[in-house]
Amino acid sequence: MEALFATTTGILAASGLYLALRGRTFPVVVGLTLLSYAVNLFLFSTGGLTTGKAAVISGDAGEYTDPLPQALVLTAIVIGFAMTAFSVILAMRVRGDVGSDHVNGNRIDEPREDKS
Amino acid sequence: MSLLLIVLLPLLGSLLPLLSSNQRRHQCALLTAAMPLVALLVTLRETPGILAGEVPRLALSWVPALGLDLAFRLDGLSLLFVLLILGIGLLIILYARHYLSETDNMPRFYAYLMLFMTSMLGIVMADNLILLWMFWELTSLSSFLLIGFWSHQSAARKGARMALAVTGMGGLALLAGLILIGQIVGTFDMQTVLDSRDVILADPRYLPALLLILLGAFTKSAQFPFQFWLPQAMAAPTPVSAFLHSATMVKAGVFLLARLHPALAGSQAWLYLVSLTGLVTMLYGAYFALTKLDLKTILAYSTVSHLGLITMLFGLNSQMAVVAGIFHILNHATFKAALFMTAGIVDHECGTRDIRKLKGLWRYMPMTTALAAATAASMAGLPLFSGFLSKEMMLAETLNTQLLGGLAWLIPALATLGSILSVSYSLRYVRNTFFDGQPRELKKTPHEAPFPMRLPVLVLAIVCVVVGIFPALTTTALLTAAANSALTTTAPELHLSIWHGFNLPLLMSAIALAGGLIVYLLRQHLFTFHRQFPARDSLAIFEGAVQRLVRFSQWGIDTLENGSLQRYMLWVVISALAVAGISLTGIETLKGELAIQEASPLVIVGAAITCFAGLATAFLHRRRLISLIMLSVVGLMASLIFARFSAPDLALTQLAVEVVTVILLMLALFFLPQKTPKESSASRIVRDVLLSAGFGGVVASLNYALLTRPLNSISDFFLENSVPQGGGHNVVNVILVDFRGFDTLGEITVLCIAGIGIYKLLNRLRLFMPSSDSEGRPWSPDRYPTILASVSQTLLPMALLVSVFIFLRGHNAPGGGFIAGLVTAVALILMYIAHGVEWAQQRLSFQYQPIAVSGVTIAALTGIGSWAFGHPFLTSAFGHFHIPLIGNVELATAMLFDLGVYLTVVGATLMILANLGKVTTPHRPSKQKEKA
Repeated sequence: MEALFATTTGILAASGLYLALRGRTFPVVVGLTLLSYAVNLFLFSTGGLTTGKAAVISGDAGEYTDPLPQALVLTAIVIGFAMTAFSVILAMRVRGDVGSDHVNGNRIDEPREDKS
Repeated sequence: MSLLLIVLLPLLGSLLPLLSSNQRRHQCALLTAAMPLVALLVTLRETPGILAGEVPRLALSWVPALGLDLAFRLDGLSLLFVLLILGIGLLIILYARHYLSETDNMPRFYAYLMLFMTSMLGIVMADNLILLWMFWELTSLSSFLLIGFWSHQSAARKGARMALAVTGMGGLALLAGLILIGQIVGTFDMQTVLDSRDVILADPRYLPALLLILLGAFTKSAQFPFQFWLPQAMAAPTPVSAFLHSATMVKAGVFLLARLHPALAGSQAWLYLVSLTGLVTMLYGAYFALTKLDLKTILAYSTVSHLGLITMLFGLNSQMAVVAGIFHILNHATFKAALFMTAGIVDHECGTRDIRKLKGLWRYMPMTTALAAATAASMAGLPLFSGFLSKEMMLAETLNTQLLGGLAWLIPALATLGSILSVSYSLRYVRNTFFDGQPRELKKTPHEAPFPMRLPVLVLAIVCVVVGIFPALTTTALLTAAANSALTTTAPELHLSIWHGFNLPLLMSAIALAGGLIVYLLRQHLFTFHRQFPARDSLAIFEGAVQRLVRFSQWGIDTLENGSLQRYMLWVVISALAVAGISLTGIETLKGELAIQEASPLVIVGAAITCFAGLATAFLHRRRLISLIMLSVVGLMASLIFARFSAPDLALTQLAVEVVTVILLMLALFFLPQKTPKESSASRIVRDVLLSAGFGGVVASLNYALLTRPLNSISDFFLENSVPQGGGHNVVNVILVDFRGFDTLGEITVLCIAGIGIYKLLNRLRLFMPSSDSEGRPWSPDRYPTILASVSQTLLPMALLVSVFIFLRGHNAPGGGFIAGLVTAVALILMYIAHGVEWAQQRLSFQYQPIAVSGVTIAALTGIGSWAFGHPFLTSAFGHFHIPLIGNVELATAMLFDLGVYLTVVGATLMILANLGKVTTPHRPSKQKEKA
C-alpha cells in the first residue's frame, strides 16, 4: 500500500509540475493546484497510513494516528485555496491589462475578443 | 577602565570637531586634539607598569553567542602601537590644521581621522579575535573615507575604491581564517589562542587558516602581489598618507603578523610564505621607488619596500628577527611620517610633486631641507640615525637564516641589494628635490612653510636622531616589552648600540652605502633600461578588471534572469531536484524497516482513479474545461484518501475546498481563453516531460522512504495533553486552536490578506467577455434553473444549521472553524449560483471584508485576552458549565478563537467568489439579450 500511495503522490506531483511549466496562465494555475494536492498528500502521509484510528480521544486509551501532520495539512488546504484564487485572479488581471494570458506577459498575437 | 578610555576617547573625539564650524579652524583642531591627548596621557600613566611586565586586560561580555567580547589588552606590543598611533596622530592633527585649504571641510576631515584612529587603537588593543577583525574592517571603511576625502577628484575616488576593494577582500579572508583558528582552539579569546600554538600547528586546518590570515595581513600591508593599491591611495591628502601609510593602516598587517606570531609562527609554511613574500616585496618596492617621478609615489613604493622588510623579519622564525622587525616598525613609522610631511610641505608650497620640476629648494626652505635630509638618512640607514640600527639587525638576521638551505646566501645578498636601492632612492629623494640646481616651471615662488607645519617633522626628526644615537637608553625597555608579547618565550637580551665592532653586517652596510651611491650616480642608465618596459597603470588594470567583472555579472544576470517565468520555474525545479535527488542517493536502501501493509482492492481502485485523473489533467490541458473536471476528480479522490486513512477533518475540509476551488476556476475560465494554443515545441515538451517524470520519481521515492521508516514525532505530547490541557477530544482541532494557535492566527491572517488582495485586483478590472464558447456557440441565454433555485433555498437553512453543528462539535469531534466556515461559504455561494448575483445581493446586503477582518480581530483578541489573566499569549482556558435545558456543556476560550477562524474563512471565501461573481454581472450575455 505504501508503494501505491507513493506512486500516486509522485504521479500527481509530476502532472502538476508538467502543467506548471506550461506557458499559459490557466494550465499553470491548474498545475499549481494539482501540485498542492500532491504536497498535501505527501505531508499527510508523514504521519503514517493508519486506518480507523482517527485522533479523537475516546474513553478507552487506544492507538491513534499522528494528529500533527493533519493539523498542518488542514491549514495548508485552506491556504492552498487562497493561493489558487489569488493566482487565477492575477491571471485574469494580467490578461485584462496586458492582453495576453502568457505567463511571461508577452503581448503577442492573440486578438482581443470583443469587449461588451 | 583606562583601557576603555584609550579606545573610546578618540571615538568620542570623532564627534567633537563636528561641533566646530569650518571657519573656526583653530578651535576645530584644538577640539580634535583634546581627546587623543587625554588618551595619550592615560597610556603614559599605564606605561611603567607595562614595561615592568604587567598586562592590563579588560573584558566585557558583548555578544556571547558569537564568542565576541568587548575585550582589550595593553601589552608591550599594543603599547608600542598605541604610542605611535596617538603620538603621530597628534602631530598629524597639528600638521593638517595648516595643510588643509579654506575650501576643505575641516570638521569632516578630523572626524574621519579620529574614527580611523579609534579603529586602529581597537586593532592593536583587541583581546578577542572577532573584535580585532571588527576594528580591522573599521579601518578599511574609515580609510576609504580618508583616501577619498577629495571626492571631487576622480583619482581620489578610484584610489579609495581600490583600497577598499583590496583590503576589504583581505578582511573577509582574515575573518574566515580567524574563525578557523577559533574553531581549532575553541575560543576567540586572544590569550588562549596565543597560548595554544602546539594545538594550532598540529591541526589539519592550520594551513588554510594561515593562508587566509596571511591574505588579510598581506593585502593590508600592501605585500606583493597586492602592493598596487598603496601608490593609488596617494590621491589622499598628504596628512592622511603620512598617518595611514607610515604608522597605522599599512602597519596593521605587520602588527597582525607580530600579534599572532606566538600562535602561528614556527612552521615551514610560515617561514617560506612570510619571509619570501617580504623579500620579494622589499625588492619590488625598492626598484619602483627608484624609478617613480612623483614624490609621494616614491615614498609609497619605499613604504611597500620597508613593509616587505618587516614582513621578512617576522617570517624568519628567529627571536632576534622579531625584535628587529618591531624595532623597524617604530623607526619606519617615525621617519616615513616625517618624510610624507616634507613631501606635503613641498607640494603645498610649490604646487607640484613632480621630481623633474623640483630642484634646489634648499634656498627657499632650508629647515625643511634639513629635516628631509635627516629623516631620509634614517630611511637609508646611515649611521647615527635610527634606521641604521634596525637595518643592521636585519642584515645580521639574514645571515643566520637557514631559509632555502644551500642557497641561504641568497637572502643576505638580496637584503643587501634592497639596502643599496634604499640608499639610492633616499638620496634621490633629497638631492633631486632640495639640491641640484634651480627649480623649473613652478607655478609659484616657493617659500618656507608655516612653522606649525614644520614642527611635527622636527619632532619626528629629533626622535630619529635621538634613537639613532642613544638607542639603548631610549628604546630597549619598550622593545623588550613589545617583543615579549610577540614571542612565546622571553625576548632575548638586547644590546642596542651603534658600534658592534667590525663584522659582516657592518661590511654589508658599507656595501649598501657605497652601492647606493653608485646606483644613484648611474641612475640614468637604469631609467633608460626601465623605459623599455611598457608603462603599466595599475589603476587602469584594476578598473578594467572591475569592468570585466561587472560585464560578466551582467551577462550572468541577463542569462539567468531573462524575464521568462518559465525559465525561473525551470531553475527552481532543477535545483530542488538536485538537492533532493542527491540526498536520496545518500540512504542505503529505499525501503525502510517498517512492514508493508496489504493494499485492499478498494484502495487499488482509488489509487488508479487518482492517477488516471492526475495524468488526464496534464495531458488534456489544452482543453481547459475537461482538464478542470479531471482536477476536481483528483480533489475528490484526495478527500476520500483522507477519509480512508483516519483523517476525517481533512476529508471534510478537502471536500469543501474542492467545491469552492472548482467554482472559482470555472468562473475564471469564463474570462480566459477556453483552449490553450499549441505552442510548445516538441523538444520543450520532451524536456518538460523528462523533468516532471524525474520530479515525480524523486517525490515518490522520498514518500516511500518516509512511509517505510518509523518516525519519532512530538505528537504523543498532543495526544496526551489534548483532553487535560486543551479541553478537547479532537486532537487535530485542539492543535489548531490551542497548541499551535499562533500558527493558525498567522494562517487566517494570510487568508484574509489574500482575500483583500484579490478584492483589490478585481477593482477596475478590464474584462474580456466572450460572447460565445470556444466552438463559436453563443452562451445559453437561459434563466437561472428553477429546480436548483428552489432546492437551494430549501437547502440554505439546513446547510447553515449543519455548519453551526460542525462548528460547535469541532473541539471534540471532527469539525471546527475551518470546515464550518467553508460549509457556510458554500451554502451562500449556492444562492449566488442559483439566483444570480443581483438576487443574492439584495438579500445578503453586507460587505464581506469586515467579516474577514473581524474574524482575525476576534482571534487576535482572544489571544491577547489571556494576557489579562497573566498568562502568555493565546493560553486557553476551559470549564464545564451548566446551561438550563441543554445540560452540562464544556466551553473553552479556544472556541472563541475558532469563531474568529470561522468568520475569517467565511469572509475571505465570499470576498473572493462573490466579488468575482459581481464583476461578471453587468456584462452577462443573457442580460444583454434581455435588453436587446
